[in-house]
Amino acid sequence: MLILNEAIMAKILPNRFIVSMEGILIPLGALLVAMLLFAVFVFSVGQSPLEVFYLLYKGAFGSSFSWQNTLLRASPLILTGLAVAIPAQAGMVIIGGEGALALGALLAAVAAIALAGFPPLIVQAGMLIAGALIGAFWIGLSGWLRNYRGVNETISSLLLSYIGIALLNHFVEGPLKDPASLNKPSTQPIGDANMIGNLPGLDVHYGLVIGAACALIAWFVLKFTTTGFALKLVGGNPRASQMAGLRVNLWIVGAAAAGGAAAGLAGAIEVAAVQGAANSAVVAGYGYAGILVAFLARQNPLAIIPVAILIGGINASGGMLQRRLDMPDASVLVLQGIVFVVILTSDTLMGRYRARKQLAVPATSKVAMAGGATT
Amino acid sequence: MTDVSGGIGWWGVPLAVLGGAIRVSTPFLLVSLGECITEKSGRINLGLEGVLIMGAMAGYGASLYSGSPWIGVVAAGLVGSMFGLLHGLLCSLRRVNDIAIGISIMMLGTGLAFFLGKPLVQPQAPMLPSIPFGFWSDSPQIQSALQINPLFLIGVALAVILHFAFRHTRWGLQLRIVGDSEDAARALGFSVIPTRIMATVTGGFLAGVGGAFLSLYYPGSWNEGLSSGQGIIAVALVIFARWEPMRCLWASLLFGGAGALGPALQAMGITSGYYLLNAAPYVLTLGILIATCAPNRKISGAPGELSLVRQ
Repeated sequence: MLILNEAIMAKILPNRFIVSMEGILIPLGALLVAMLLFAVFVFSVGQSPLEVFYLLYKGAFGSSFSWQNTLLRASPLILTGLAVAIPAQAGMVIIGGEGALALGALLAAVAAIALAGFPPLIVQAGMLIAGALIGAFWIGLSGWLRNYRGVNETISSLLLSYIGIALLNHFVEGPLKDPASLNKPSTQPIGDANMIGNLPGLDVHYGLVIGAACALIAWFVLKFTTTGFALKLVGGNPRASQMAGLRVNLWIVGAAAAGGAAAGLAGAIEVAAVQGAANSAVVAGYGYAGILVAFLARQNPLAIIPVAILIGGINASGGMLQRRLDMPDASVLVLQGIVFVVILTSDTLMGRYRARKQLAVPATSKVAMAGGATT
Repeated sequence: MTDVSGGIGWWGVPLAVLGGAIRVSTPFLLVSLGECITEKSGRINLGLEGVLIMGAMAGYGASLYSGSPWIGVVAAGLVGSMFGLLHGLLCSLRRVNDIAIGISIMMLGTGLAFFLGKPLVQPQAPMLPSIPFGFWSDSPQIQSALQINPLFLIGVALAVILHFAFRHTRWGLQLRIVGDSEDAARALGFSVIPTRIMATVTGGFLAGVGGAFLSLYYPGSWNEGLSSGQGIIAVALVIFARWEPMRCLWASLLFGGAGALGPALQAMGITSGYYLLNAAPYVLTLGILIATCAPNRKISGAPGELSLVRQ
């Protein structure tokens, strides 16, 4: 329709490259800015930023021991990250992963008790399925409430999260308490034979593989299948999707439930591979850190894997900061909070080049309107 | 158990719930009034949970080092307004989402409060005094139920003032118009972004003061488990109150009662279901949201620019 002359081509081509790179470059830049701000914070509380960063690196990736520690934490973070990123495709901000994780842990322990006597593989499968199902139900409820009652899903998922944690505590310290667990109230142990083992030659359990596989599947489905396309359509423009014949309600509830299943699975794996019983130790902030993971990965399931390893590493090095520098264990929470704020702020830089590219071609009415609205 | 219930037997429960309702409702009241101001301007600040915790820590610290709990309250308010300012400024940037920034501020506030509050867990700071409105009675239950804290009274006064100010002052008109329609506000010559930033700063101040109540009156100490969702409940409560300050007051008292039920029954010797009773406010909030909201229709009274209710 439009004959592009060379001058316009020269303007568009490098921009197109920048557009494809900005999804990586801007978050990386934001990460650097966040590190700088954290350095200022560390300096102002009287510590040496260089030493803190060195210990952060050492505690996260400095040795094979710290790598294993990091990967142990990355495994639930991948799944709780997916719990935010999958509903986000349909336009939802879900922050209730912590409660879905808690309930996943509880139901996994219940499944292990119910399936006692079966071969380990069946018990393990039952635990994971039970955890995923309750998580799907719990977060699916948020999606359902949004659709059928118009309740904001961010608030409802967080409220449900507190209720889920209360349910876990109630059952672990009440009806399901193992009398033998005195100092640390827990359900009956699932039994050593039923524990999910470690990867060969590593101190990292198979949960990492399950998490990574879930992320890969989510990425593939979102990118290459009509399911993923439909989900994005629903997230982008619900009304148009309705016109196109999509059952928007089902897609929204389904996306929330799929995310919840991931968080529930994370809880089940924590029980089946780490704790050996359901107890309040599973409520360790993985659900909240998962929100950061998803936003840092720009809701891309594939990017969630490296980001979860990064955040898992930061978490893992908290202990080292505490031991070596006597800094509070909340140091890593401060760093995470700063990273989160900066990464969201960097969104303002996104799409600048894209806007300019479109303006180079005759401006459509939409672009002109957007330009008018921002001035 | 007989000791606790004393001469009035089971009447101790409703009385304790009443006294508890006033106690427990105070942070809800202050935070929801603050959030009400912010949301009236067309923005939502979900970060008030983090601001509340930060205010609790700062208030406790300031009270401890200055010796005056009132300096603690002011310090908590100032720290809260700084967080409000951060939220207000960042959300004024293009493409930055207020809900997401709120979540990040929740995490940052919590992390900072835990970090900076580490040395405050042990020492005992001076507490806020309470006003004994139950002096006329001999019954210790009635006396303790009517120990009213001054921040509650300030909150009640503020609710009345805001109720009046939203309707009858130029300031209130500006806030409401900015929240209802950016275009109309511009046409009238009101500056949209500064108004919103001011509204968020004020909301942050009140949330900070609400936090100071937690650490300086009830429960009256600083620890990491001090707030568990009061900030987010207060945000939900504003929806239930349909952005009306007086309704925020009634709703806060209702929630305070729900929150006081657990401890009151526990004091009577009923300990089973402790966690479930403590989850009552969350269940109540959710139930109320379900009852208040409706699909495909704007909630009456909702500010038109609020992303929360636009779908």
